[in-house]
Amino acid sequence: MAKRFDVRRQNGFVSLAILCFFLLYLPIATLVVYAFNDNDSLAIWKGFSLRWFHVAWNNGLVIESSIRSFQIAAVAALLATISATMAALATTRTKPYRGLTFKYAFINQPLMVPEIVTAVALLIVFSRIKIWTGYSGLGYLIAAHTAFCVPFAYLPIRARLESMDLALETAAADLYATKWKTFLHVTLPLLWPGILAGLMLAFVVSLDDVVITEFVKSGGQDTLPTYMLGQIRRGVTPEINAISTAFLVLSIGIVTAFFFVSRKRT
Amino acid sequence: MATAKEIADKAERDDIRSRWLLSAPALLIVFLAALGPLLIVVVYSFLTPGNYGDVKWQFSTDAWVSVLFERDVFDDTLSLATAYLSIFWRSVSLSLATTVLTLILGFPTAYFIATRPDHRRDIWLFLITIPFWTNLLIRTFAMQEVLRNDGIINSALKLLGITDHPVQLMYTNFAVLAGMVYVFLPLMVLPLYASMEKIDFRLVEAGYDLYATRFEVLRRIIIPLVTPGIVAGSILVFIPSLGAYVTPRVLGGGTNLMIGNLIELQFGQGRNWPLGASLSITLMAIVMVALLFYVRNTTRSDGAHG
Repeated sequence: MAKRFDVRRQNGFVSLAILCFFLLYLPIATLVVYAFNDNDSLAIWKGFSLRWFHVAWNNGLVIESSIRSFQIAAVAALLATISATMAALATTRTKPYRGLTFKYAFINQPLMVPEIVTAVALLIVFSRIKIWTGYSGLGYLIAAHTAFCVPFAYLPIRARLESMDLALETAAADLYATKWKTFLHVTLPLLWPGILAGLMLAFVVSLDDVVITEFVKSGGQDTLPTYMLGQIRRGVTPEINAISTAFLVLSIGIVTAFFFVSRKRT
Repeated sequence: MATAKEIADKAERDDIRSRWLLSAPALLIVFLAALGPLLIVVVYSFLTPGNYGDVKWQFSTDAWVSVLFERDVFDDTLSLATAYLSIFWRSVSLSLATTVLTLILGFPTAYFIATRPDHRRDIWLFLITIPFWTNLLIRTFAMQEVLRNDGIINSALKLLGITDHPVQLMYTNFAVLAGMVYVFLPLMVLPLYASMEKIDFRLVEAGYDLYATRFEVLRRIIIPLVTPGIVAGSILVFIPSLGAYVTPRVLGGGTNLMIGNLIELQFGQGRNWPLGASLSITLMAIVMVALLFYVRNTTRSDGAHG
């Protein structure tokens, strides 16, 4: 019997798609495999070992820059998510008012400008402020990260709000709930998955940033990615593979969590 | 006494005012740490470079002139600054090549995902999302593992007996291109998938009923239906490619600069901040043109369907 004619088939597409998935994962797989290489150089495979994970774990600079990365990401993601939630509440579920489009454009602006340009702009401004105030702490990095995290936190929260039914809030108001109580007991619990998704996106985006951090940081303020960038340029040992592998596992963990949080919303 | 209309108007005004207050923190932080500094870059591009970096507060258009021209040291005549122009040209052509290659690879991939049974699409999408959320630096470094002289490609070539000397792949335009295609591929697949998911396959069936070949169906039904996805994906790939900094720096070495690296040089060794500022604005202008092109295209196609 002849096979049914499949209208969706396109010649060669399946093999190209498989090739594409293979190409996407080949480099990552290589990177991970070589993290377990028991050799001083990357070149030759000598046997399985966890040696380079120990080396990375005992490298004070790696630990220090990882902690700094997490601190910045945690504070920036939190600030960005709070302000993005407020902005999302202010820009959805209303008839268009003057300034609404302006707000959209403004909030999404960091997505439209190449990172290198923002980085240079911040370098210029912050180096001035550093001279004027004498302050050179983590505040600059946190401010910069918060700004570019805002649109990433804003998008899923806004999407969630737009799919939410206003009737429940109206009902709460009919039952004499104050605005604040309605928000706390009705809007917020419904909005929560969106906020969580926004928070995680912002966290990952901050954790991943190289370019802006590289330009804004003062001496001794390396984050994990900028530390790695410096090491890669100097020639590499499997230690970088080990750090990358650990980072990769963490990212996959967060993405998996994000995947499930955002899937639940139906 | 206030009429109903006045009360309604006042309620609306109050509502809009509280909406401005609510959005104020987000607007403020974006203004202070993203948009505002961009305006200062414009100012800096019209100043004179300081001796040790930074600027002197003296108006000058030298930076802008030297984006395009070179002043001859002896007779003060201007000629085209071929060094910078060639870097701009390399950036634009590498970004276009990246866009085309990601489209060629991404189109069948997105189509493949969109034509899986419903319950299996999520898992394929997830496989695209993982590299997308993996640190860009790590992905670039992973590409280095593949391309270096003792990396997979060269080992494979040696094993197959094709060459006995490693082929130099790192620090070439090819390495930068391969890296950018690799890094930006998910940005092409995701919007393509979003528009392919919505294809009504009854149209495709109708095409076959009218004796179309598979290629005709692809060219005259599927591609026109997913054009918004193609445009969105191309913009999403083209813009970050143009401003790429990490990938050319890691894979391209010192000689295969792109605009991003040229800008960084002005703030590092070059010590010419105004030139760096004017190069940044030039880059942003090119990006804005690309975005305008995108906006015009999307509004037009919306109009055609709606």
